[in-house]
Amino acid sequence: MNYDLESFYEGLVAHGLIVPVRVQGAFGRGAVFEDVLEHFNALVSRISKDDGAELYTFPPVIDRTIIERTDYLDSFPNLAGTVFSFFGKDKQAKELSARVHAGQPWADTQGITDVCLNPAACYPVYPVIAGKLPPDGRTITMTNWVYRHEPSPEPTRMQSFRVREFVRAGSPEMVVAWRDQWLERGLELLLSLGLPAKSDVASDPFFGRAGKILADGQKQQKLKFEVLVPVISAENPTAVCSFNYHQEHFGEVFGIHTADDRVAHTACLGFGLERVVMALFKTHGFDPKSWPAPVRARLWP
Amino acid sequence: MIERIRKILVEHGRLNKDAATLAEDGDLYQAGMTSHASVNVMLALEGEFEIEFPDHMLKRSVFESIGAMRDAIAELTKGS
Repeated sequence: MNYDLESFYEGLVAHGLIVPVRVQGAFGRGAVFEDVLEHFNALVSRISKDDGAELYTFPPVIDRTIIERTDYLDSFPNLAGTVFSFFGKDKQAKELSARVHAGQPWADTQGITDVCLNPAACYPVYPVIAGKLPPDGRTITMTNWVYRHEPSPEPTRMQSFRVREFVRAGSPEMVVAWRDQWLERGLELLLSLGLPAKSDVASDPFFGRAGKILADGQKQQKLKFEVLVPVISAENPTAVCSFNYHQEHFGEVFGIHTADDRVAHTACLGFGLERVVMALFKTHGFDPKSWPAPVRARLWP
Repeated sequence: MIERIRKILVEHGRLNKDAATLAEDGDLYQAGMTSHASVNVMLALEGEFEIEFPDHMLKRSVFESIGAMRDAIAELTKGS
């Protein structure tokens, strides 16, 4: 297989799978792309239907204090997207209008709001599950839009994308066993779709020099795993599924406790839905009608 | 040097044990130091000893004990 960023992007566009817009990483998705995405997400629902996960949907904006309280702004200040808006009166509105139409900077006419774009699919759920968990802990699933401020020409690196997420909260033993089970299951799922998937220990792209220590710590403690599939490069395969074990981090910040009153541990895993879809197009071609029959049968049963 | 490192641990390490009585090879992460706290310890050591840890020393293991930090600082201040 030949991996080339530009020809893959152009192929996605030429087949109407994605629709370019002026800014990088914010392209639209066509009907065929969305059909594959929805059917993959439905497949994830089918294989996990007996898990007893509670289903939620959160909007693309979340309470800004969540990223302030969880060290997100310390770890990834460069990726955060905070929503700013206009709080002025007529006079300031006139000033804003004049500046916009004159092509002048207008950012200083804006003030910070109570919301930020959701930086990780699991974030909105932790404040919601604060308090004492049932004896078996809780498992939650969501499909949420996620924002990362990282414009890029790589189609797999988007500013805004969807993640099918699962979150487990409970004792350390429960959470680790659940994560390990999903690691196996996630890999099997992607292999069953004919994708050349592999799992590996990983680290988050923590910012700056401090980030080097955080990333090394995460790797040494094996807190993050990814399932990777080559999409735009053979040497640097794309993470299509990511598993994070947060230990007591969110439990401590939001006051989540186990039934026996210990600080709850949490873990999450997420399928990057657009990335899975792109991996399918890269591996099997731009026309789903010509994909191998077993892959089609799995997605469109 | 050890006393200066202990003082920084008291201020920045967020330990659940007394930094003054910790063994030099005691595991600071076991003693409650979080990854984010280890970053603050790193920055405070750089200020205190007027050093800059090179990239290859920005590792979890360099900050895991008082002894490990002493060795790293000794290497960086060698000959100065």
